[in-house]
Amino acid sequence: MAKPVDLRRFTGFRAITWLCLFVLYAPLVIVAIYSFNDSTSITRWGGFSLKWYVDVFTGPEAPKFRDAAINSFTIAIGAAVCATLIATAAAVAMNRAGRFRGKTASLALINLPLMVPEIVTAVASLVFFITIGFKTGLLTIFIAHIVFCIPFAYLPISARMQSVPDTYEQAAMDLYATPWEAFRLVLLPLMVPGILSGFLLAFIISLDDFLITNFVKGAGVETLPTAIFGSVKQGIKPNIMAISTLLLGVSVVFVTLSWIIGRAGQSKR
Amino acid sequence: MTSTAAVATANAVEIDNVVKRYGFVTALHGVSMQIGDGEFFTLLGPSGCGKTTLLRCIAGFEDVSEGAIRLHGQDIAPLPPHKREVNTVFQQYALFPHMTVLQNVSFGLLRLGWSVSDAEARAKQVLELVQLGQFAERRPGQLSGGQQQRVALARALAPRPKVLLLDEPLSALDLKLRQAVRSELKAIQRETGIAFVFVTHDQEEALTMSDRIAVMSAGHVQQIGTPREIYEAPSNRFVADFIGETNLLDVTANRVSDGIAEILLPGGARLSCPAALGARAGQGHLSLRPERLGIAAPGQGQLQATVEDHVYLGTDTQLHTRLGSGEALVVRLQNGAAAIPERGARLGLEIEAGAARLLSD
Repeated sequence: MAKPVDLRRFTGFRAITWLCLFVLYAPLVIVAIYSFNDSTSITRWGGFSLKWYVDVFTGPEAPKFRDAAINSFTIAIGAAVCATLIATAAAVAMNRAGRFRGKTASLALINLPLMVPEIVTAVASLVFFITIGFKTGLLTIFIAHIVFCIPFAYLPISARMQSVPDTYEQAAMDLYATPWEAFRLVLLPLMVPGILSGFLLAFIISLDDFLITNFVKGAGVETLPTAIFGSVKQGIKPNIMAISTLLLGVSVVFVTLSWIIGRAGQSKR
Repeated sequence: MTSTAAVATANAVEIDNVVKRYGFVTALHGVSMQIGDGEFFTLLGPSGCGKTTLLRCIAGFEDVSEGAIRLHGQDIAPLPPHKREVNTVFQQYALFPHMTVLQNVSFGLLRLGWSVSDAEARAKQVLELVQLGQFAERRPGQLSGGQQQRVALARALAPRPKVLLLDEPLSALDLKLRQAVRSELKAIQRETGIAFVFVTHDQEEALTMSDRIAVMSAGHVQQIGTPREIYEAPSNRFVADFIGETNLLDVTANRVSDGIAEILLPGGARLSCPAALGARAGQGHLSLRPERLGIAAPGQGQLQATVEDHVYLGTDTQLHTRLGSGEALVVRLQNGAAAIPERGARLGLEIEAGAARLLSD
């Protein structure tokens, strides 16, 4: 009959909460606010203005950002599509193929990229491409992104598949569906929320990646994160804050979408 | 029994010495049975007895380790589930949640290559049979449990399977609904003439619906027979104990011949009663159905007992008595027929015809 412990009563609970929230979000809030600053200073407020957003699309650096954005979105969509296909196939094998030799090892291999330090993956990828004589450029970014997106796509897809009992496919096969028809007509439609959620997550991970991209991108090829980093090296201008805020907005929208789709899929059953 | 030639038989399903092993565990130890065409056949047993495993072997979701399963004389053991002309009503129905009721019911027909219009016409016809015609465009999630159960039945019946398999289809319904669905299910079975293989652990369900019952336990068939045979002539201790209520007494059988046993009862009285196949002379178990025991004055009847307790059950009263030799014995008396003896009263018990049966182990 013990009363449930109320975490909010702990000494310092409020202070620690606020500290964590402050450290996490204050920089983002400041960048977002100062992106609307009318002055050229990045520390002094000079009134509200949209001029740095206009500058991003029309200013001297606009062509550079535009090309980088096109690269970023092309790679993110392509890599997310490929990673989602591979992750779906992997999830089917892991959840529906029964027990097989090396299953645990396979699961570890699928999720390993989440554990390996990104800098190690970046260096290893670069060394790999050089060793096999692959010219670095858009294609190497694309391949590297597919690889590190797979575990991010896999997690929601696999979670969803685990929540779909295999009696549905058994019922389909009992009603004369071949294994392929049972997958296409019954399992796949029930998996859609998980697959969409996985796709969006992979998309945003690819869109935001800097470290690996920077290693394997080759000279003259930029994505949005590397282009922003390039500009920052010559001093932070308010247009960087504007473009960062835009990127933040895209991320928030996609992550939220992914979350909503995942939840809608859960509550439907 | 060695019919190698595929003779045309009246049997819908023949289970021939089927063994199913999972690693070191054996779920079915050489099970055999014949299920007649148009028969309502029930696999009855406690959980873990192998009844669902056997059903899944017939459906094709499990491979048999040994033995054959024949559907109208054809061995189907090597066929995958989608090539077997049997359909299943699943315990949790497994209705496709992303399809309408009509799409669910026409699913099997479309896989068999029917045109969409033919499939939908047939689906509507079957939905009428289960009285769900007006729900064709609903999703399964919008239906009640009882309605979902009928959609599952319609979906499995639509392709006119040679055999319909039902895996505890009533267990997810509440008691009132379950009783109503029983007679409905039986009526549909008669109307369609399709053999039903029905899995349940509920003996009342089995007794009221089945043409024949196979009682299973621990991967063995204990007895196959009509509900009356199973209840009134249980072949062994397990069946007598599992079906209905019974008293089991340790007795000595002096002689068993021609299905009649001469028994020495506790207290010294002698009784001559039917013996199950395989029951032998010597120490054995005697089944005494509580509702076929009558009370008499002390000193009368074949057994002497003392009343320890009674339990009022509405139509009946259960007397818990103890014999002079120490065994407990339950007697069931209809209320209103005669005075119910008080606690502590001594009385004689008369074993009516059909009450006693010597069992094999």
